[in-house]
Amino acid sequence: MPVPLLKLTNVNKSFGPIDVLHGISLEIFAGETLCLLGDNGAGKSTLIKILSGVHKPTTGAVEMDGAPLAFDSPRDAAERGIATVHQFGGTFPLMSIGRSFFVGAEPTRRVGPLRVFDRKTANETAVRAVRKLGITRIDDGDRLVGGLSGGERQALAIARAVHFGAKVLILDEPTAALGVKEAAHVLRIVLQARQSGIAVVFITHNVVHALTVGDHFAVLIRGAKAADFRKGEKSREEITDLMAGGEHMAELEAEIEGFNAAAGQAPEAVR
Amino acid sequence: MTSDASRAATTAAPNPAQDAAPPAPRARRSLGGLLRRPETGSLIGLAAVFAFFSFFGGADFLSAGGFASWLNVASELGIIALPVGLLMIAGQLDLSIGTILPASSMTVAIVSGRFGAPIVVGILASLALGLAVGYLNGALVVRTKVPSFVVTLATLFAVAGFTLGLSVILTGSTSVALTAPEPAKGLIGDYVGGKFQTSIFWWIGAVVVVEFVLHRSRYGNWILALGGDPVSARNAGIPVDRLTIALFMASGLCAAFVGMEQAILFNSAQVSAGQSFIFNSIIAVVVGGVLLTGGYGTVAGIVFGTMTFAIVNQGIFYTGFDANWASAIIGALLLAAVLMNNTFRNMAMSVAARPKA
Ligand SMILES: Nc1ncnc2c1ncn2[C@@H]1O[C@H](COP(=O)(O)OP(=O)(O)O)[C@@H](O)[C@H]1O
Ligand SMILES: [Mg+2]
Repeated sequence: MPVPLLKLTNVNKSFGPIDVLHGISLEIFAGETLCLLGDNGAGKSTLIKILSGVHKPTTGAVEMDGAPLAFDSPRDAAERGIATVHQFGGTFPLMSIGRSFFVGAEPTRRVGPLRVFDRKTANETAVRAVRKLGITRIDDGDRLVGGLSGGERQALAIARAVHFGAKVLILDEPTAALGVKEAAHVLRIVLQARQSGIAVVFITHNVVHALTVGDHFAVLIRGAKAADFRKGEKSREEITDLMAGGEHMAELEAEIEGFNAAAGQAPEAVR
Repeated sequence: MTSDASRAATTAAPNPAQDAAPPAPRARRSLGGLLRRPETGSLIGLAAVFAFFSFFGGADFLSAGGFASWLNVASELGIIALPVGLLMIAGQLDLSIGTILPASSMTVAIVSGRFGAPIVVGILASLALGLAVGYLNGALVVRTKVPSFVVTLATLFAVAGFTLGLSVILTGSTSVALTAPEPAKGLIGDYVGGKFQTSIFWWIGAVVVVEFVLHRSRYGNWILALGGDPVSARNAGIPVDRLTIALFMASGLCAAFVGMEQAILFNSAQVSAGQSFIFNSIIAVVVGGVLLTGGYGTVAGIVFGTMTFAIVNQGIFYTGFDANWASAIIGALLLAAVLMNNTFRNMAMSVAARPKA
């Protein structure tokens, strides 16, 4: 077995008296997508906040490239190549595309004794980076980030991570607020990032999205890892049941179909 | 794609090729783009106010004296509004400028007027006082996480108390005379052509410096990011604590400069001057299109907002109207500015959403 890029062993996390994660062990490999699945409140965001240096595990070990480590801060994790696009926030809606792309790493050029922000380079680099991900509607780096659609903002954040040489790209529910077409764009970009050798951690509670991009899956139920399997090892129905906490979603779906049939409608899949 | 071989092969590929990228097209600049700039709203407001007072104020308002009267007010307010604007963009308020100003006036007057120290010593002492109070504000905001509104309200009163107390102890009075020698007088606090305060030139200098900092240096990007989302800004590696302290020190310094300038200009200092600058600077900045909640603003906008305020404040005396109406106009302007700026901001944000030609 190759050495995992990131490895969690028996990680627990509690906030005061509230236990959020119990005994989580996970391995993340370069060039692979790990899908973290689970219902709302299962602890997915908390888990990736441990990977991105926002939280420290209460107990348990984190290893990177086989060496134990503890992130001091999100900055520390970012410097080691872990780029995270958090579920909420993380972009600056009133900043231009070029400026927000380079926050904290602004390109400058010398003008006499002064160091001047190189707007032209920043804009061109940012626009080129998102266009490379297939978002060709963005052509002006002076436009405000707030004018972009949700999918375009995700693409901008991913492009930024790729540009700054991320080894691990963590995306917390990147498709949750998107329409069908936008979500498909983001999924394509995730596949593109993975192909370039980046390890991707992709959080979703949409099984179809997960099956589209995932190589390897972990299902969280109430803070514990309920299953861990590779692509092709489980069917969509099995995964759906797992995510619903082991309840038989098929029965529920059949019941719904029953209602639909009674109403004289063509039976439709729930998802 | 899930084989061990592909895992191993791709471990070290952090930055995929830059070369295969499609070329970035040239950014387009257009009148439409200009119209969508949020500070365009403040420029329109300035033009409207100027037209209004040109009409009702007549030739007197448009004479050199008329210009001097509002430019003098604008320059002192403007020197303070610039750093207050930077702070607001960064998501902070500074109320303490209202007492740093008289404290600084009293410092230069006591040190160089009452005790006869060289004027340079008095000037440096007053500026140092502004920097020190600014540092205190910044450090308290960063350490305690108490909102800056409360922190600077506390220092506003504390500084007022110290100024009054120490002035009475040291001079037995609440007003002190100061006669500044040349060249300090001519450079800092005098009239050019009998009408225009030297502070106008200092204001222009401050505009150039702050324009550079906010729009042309990397620090400007840090300020915008800090006000836009402090958590993300910190995660991006911006030294947000030091930046916050530096911004409070800048507003302390500028308030102290204006206090010192007034003492030299008027040849005396009073403990009670300056309170009006608290609200006026906030009004100028907000009328100038700076977002009250931080994350957006321009130096051009702050300058337009400052001029608008000064024109209303002084222009009223050139009309036949009761001067009390100036406050009503400023109130209406403030509301209109906030609404108009929201519209412009929404337009600017929605630009990319229209379908591509
Ligand atoms: N900082 C915190 N303090 C206390 N409880 C928290 C904190 N963060 C998350 N939780 C709790 O942990 C649980 C898991 O949350 P989260 O990781 O956001 O779930 P998910 O992302 O899977 O929807 C929730 O019950 C949430 O209330
Ligand atoms: Mg979540």
